Amino acid sequence: MSAVIQPGKAEFSAQVAGPTGSRLAIARFSRNRLAVVGLAVVVFFVLFCFLGPLVYHTDQLHTALSEANQGPSGSHLLGTDAVGHDELGRLMYGGKVSLIVGLAAGLLATVIGTVWGAVAGYVGGWVDAVMMRVVDAGIAIPALFILLVISAISTPDTFALVIILGFVSWLVPSRLIRAETLSLKNRDYVLTLRAIGGSHTRAITRHVLPNSVSTIVVAATFQVADAILLVAYVSYLGLGVQPPATDWGGMLSAGLTAVYSGRWWLILPSGLAVILVVCAFNAIGDGLRDVFDVRGR
Amino acid sequence: MTAIPPVMAQDTTAPLRDEASGAPILDVDDLVVTFSTESGPVEAVRGLSLEVRPGETLALVGESGSGKSTVALAAMGLLSGNALVQGRVCVGGTNVVTASDPVLRHLRGSTASMVFQEPGTALDPLTRVGAQIAEVIRNHRDVSSAVARTETIDLLRRVGIPDPESRVRAFPFQLSGGQCQRVVIAMAIANEPRLLIADEPTTALDVTVQAEILELLRRLAVDSGTGVLLVTHNMGVVADFADRVAVMYRGEIVETGSVEDVLLAPRHEYTKRLLAAVPRLKTAADYPAVTGRAQDVVPRDTDTDSVIALNDVAVRFGRGPSAVNALDTVSFAVRAGETVGLVGESGSGKSTAARVALGLIAPTSGTVSLFGQNLRKSGVRARRRLQAGIGVVLQDPVASLDARMSVGEIIAEPLRVHRRSMSRHDRERLVGETLEAVRLPAAIAGRAPRELSGGQRQRVSLARALVLRPRLLVADEPTSALDVSVQKAVLEVIGELQSELGFACLFVSHDLAVVQDFCTRVVVLRSGRIEEKGLTGETLVRPTTDYTRRLLAAVPVPDPIVQRRRREDRLAALAAGETTAGE
Repeated sequence: MSAVIQPGKAEFSAQVAGPTGSRLAIARFSRNRLAVVGLAVVVFFVLFCFLGPLVYHTDQLHTALSEANQGPSGSHLLGTDAVGHDELGRLMYGGKVSLIVGLAAGLLATVIGTVWGAVAGYVGGWVDAVMMRVVDAGIAIPALFILLVISAISTPDTFALVIILGFVSWLVPSRLIRAETLSLKNRDYVLTLRAIGGSHTRAITRHVLPNSVSTIVVAATFQVADAILLVAYVSYLGLGVQPPATDWGGMLSAGLTAVYSGRWWLILPSGLAVILVVCAFNAIGDGLRDVFDVRGR
Repeated sequence: MTAIPPVMAQDTTAPLRDEASGAPILDVDDLVVTFSTESGPVEAVRGLSLEVRPGETLALVGESGSGKSTVALAAMGLLSGNALVQGRVCVGGTNVVTASDPVLRHLRGSTASMVFQEPGTALDPLTRVGAQIAEVIRNHRDVSSAVARTETIDLLRRVGIPDPESRVRAFPFQLSGGQCQRVVIAMAIANEPRLLIADEPTTALDVTVQAEILELLRRLAVDSGTGVLLVTHNMGVVADFADRVAVMYRGEIVETGSVEDVLLAPRHEYTKRLLAAVPRLKTAADYPAVTGRAQDVVPRDTDTDSVIALNDVAVRFGRGPSAVNALDTVSFAVRAGETVGLVGESGSGKSTAARVALGLIAPTSGTVSLFGQNLRKSGVRARRRLQAGIGVVLQDPVASLDARMSVGEIIAEPLRVHRRSMSRHDRERLVGETLEAVRLPAAIAGRAPRELSGGQRQRVSLARALVLRPRLLVADEPTSALDVSVQKAVLEVIGELQSELGFACLFVSHDLAVVQDFCTRVVVLRSGRIEEKGLTGETLVRPTTDYTRRLLAAVPVPDPIVQRRRREDRLAALAAGETTAGE
C-alpha cells in the first residue's frame, strides 16, 4: 500500500479481481449439492436411454410369449412383461420417448409463454389485459381435461403429443415473463434506447429478453419436469404413445394389472425413473436460480 | 498500522478528552472487519479507532466504499453473517463484538439506536407509525399501552410532526419522506439512547427538508446530551452538524480533528483533494452586481435557433379528481451550444420535464419542438431521424447500462439503430474514439459494466450519448449518485466535450452548487410550475422569488463558520416569514 492517495484515480484501481463469469456460475451451481445430484441423474438417464440400447440389445418390436412374465434373471436383468419384452431394454426405449417428449414439450411451452408474456408486458394497456385474460381462462381449464378430450377424438403420435402438451402448459411461464417484462421495460437503458429513437423490437429482443433469461431458463426446467410428468399421466390413462412404442407412463399403466401378482419389476423401475427425473429437473432449476440470482447478493 | 501516515495528532484529540465530560459512549479500538465474499476476503475496515463522548457529534466522512457504513453497523452489532469482526467496539461499556444476542437486543433501541438513510424502507409500510414507535418503547420498558401511546404522541410532537394526535394513526405512505424520517428519528430517541448513530440520515431528502432534519437532530443531541455518530459523504452536512470529524479512506482513518480544523485547514492529502472537489455554492459576494446584463444576454424563449423548446406544456397523470398535474404551463427552450439547468425539489416535475423533452412522455397539452420540428406531428421515420440528434445520460449508473452487454456493445447501440450500414470495423473504431473522448481506455470496450465503478459507468453512459455526435444532451441527475471527486471528473469531461463538439445540454439536478458551476441558464420548478428562470449568475445568486431564496438558504456549505452564520440567517428568515405570514 503506497501513501499516494488520489480520489480521482482511485476508481481505476477498484477493478473487480476474481473468477470470471462462467467459472463463478459453475461455482455457484455446484454449491447447491442437490442441483449437482439432479444434473448427474439427468445425465445418467440420458446416457442410459440413448446409449444404453447400443450396449444392451433387446427386441422391443416382436412379442415373445414363451418368455412372458419372467422375473429378473441373468438373461433379463429386470425380467420381462406380459408379452415377453425385456423390461430393462423397455425402460431405455420408453425413457427415450419420455425424455424427448418432455424436453420438447417443455421447451415449446417456454417459447410460447415467453413470446406471449413479453408482448403482453411490453405493449401493456388493453392488449395486455386481453392477453392475460386469455391466460386466466386457460389456467381455469385443467390441462388434463383438455388432453383427455383430444385423446378421445384422435390418437396422437409423438410429434402431435409434443405440440399438444406444449400448447396446454405455456400459461404459467407467460405470467412469469410478463411480470419480468413489466419491470424491465421501464429500466433506464430501455428508456435511453427509446429516447434516441430505437425500435420496440430492438428493446424487446436486445434488452428485455436477454435480461429475463434467468426467469426463462428456470421456468423451462420446471416446464420440462412438468411435461415428463404429463406424458406419464396421459400414457398411464392409455391415451399416449401406442404399442409397441411406449414410455415410462405407458409402462406403469401396462404393469398395473400385475400389482397384486407380485411382479414388482413391471412397476418399480419405470415409476422410480419418472420420480427421479422429475425431481432432478426441479433441482437443476433451483441450482440455475442460484446462478442467475446475482442481484440478490 | 499501514504505510498511510494518519494525521491524528494528539494535540487535536487530547484537549477534547479534557473538555468532554465522562467516559466515551462509543469507544472503537483497532476495529478490523473482513467480509468473506465469493471472490475472496475483503477487508472493509482496517484497524480503526474512534471515540464519541456524550453530547458530542462525530462525523465519519469518506467516499463510497471507504467503510464508513460498516463502522456504523459494527457499532450496532448489525453486520451481516459473512463479516468477521476483530478488535473492540464498546457502547456504553458493553463490548458489542463479543456480546450475546440478548445483550445486543437490549442494547439496541435503548442505549444505542440508529437512523437509516432511506426512511421509506426503514418503516413497516403496513403498520401505523404510532404502533411502530410504541413497539420500540414497550420492547424496552414495562409500560402500559396507554402510557406508550401518550409517550408516542409526545415524541411525534418533539420531532416536529404537526397534529400528532391524528398522525399517530397514519401509515408511512400517508406521510412525506421528511415526515417519515422524523418518525424514524422518533423511534430512535424513544428510549432516550445515549448514542445515536445516523447513517446518511438526510441523503434521500430535499435540501430544505435536510436542513429541518439536521436542525432537529442537533436540538435533540444538545438537549439530551446524546452522543451522535454521523455517517455522511456530504461535507456541507458535516459543517452544519458535527463537532469533530474523522475522514475515512479505504477502511482507515486518515485524519481526525475538530470540524473547523479539518474542513478549513485539512492536513492530509486525501482530505485536501476531497474538499477541493466539493462544489461550493456561490453567493452574492462572489458575483459583482451587473445591472442590465440579463436583458442584454437572455433572448426570448421563442427564438428560432432553439434546439428544443417546450411551449405551455402540461402533463397530467391519472384521470378524474385523483389526477396529478405533474407539469403545468411549462415553457422553456435550450439554444444551440448552451447549458440550461432544471432545478427544483423532488416532485417538482424536473424529471418529467426532461422526459417530455425526450419524447418519452406525451404532453397532455402544449407542444414540444425538437430542432424546430414538432415531435408529435412528425411521422415515425422523421421522428427517428430527429431523435438521432439527442443523447441521454440518466441518474442511476447501475440501471442505465444493460448488465448483459459489454461496454462496446452498449456504446455501439445508437450506431446500430441509426447507422445500420456502418461496417463493423468503423463501428469499433468510433466506439474506441468515443471511449477515449470520455477519458476511458479504449480497451475497456470488452469489459462488462459490473466491472466498472460508478464514475466509469456514467462515462460509458456519456459515451453512448455522444457517439452519434448529438446536438442536444439531456442529462437527468448525471452525477447525483457519484462521489464528489468522481462527480467533478465527470462534469469536467462533459464540459470539455461540450466546448469541443458544441452540443446543447439540458441538465436536470437538485444540486444548486453544481448547477451554478455548470449551467448558463436555469429554470426553477416548483410543483409542476416554473417558479423563475434566468441566467444562473442572476437567478441562483439574487433570486427574485422566496422559493428559490429558501432553496439556496437551505444548501449547507462545507465551511463550519460560514454555515453557522447561514443557519442563523435562515432560521431568522423563517421566523420572520412565519410571523409575517401569520402561520
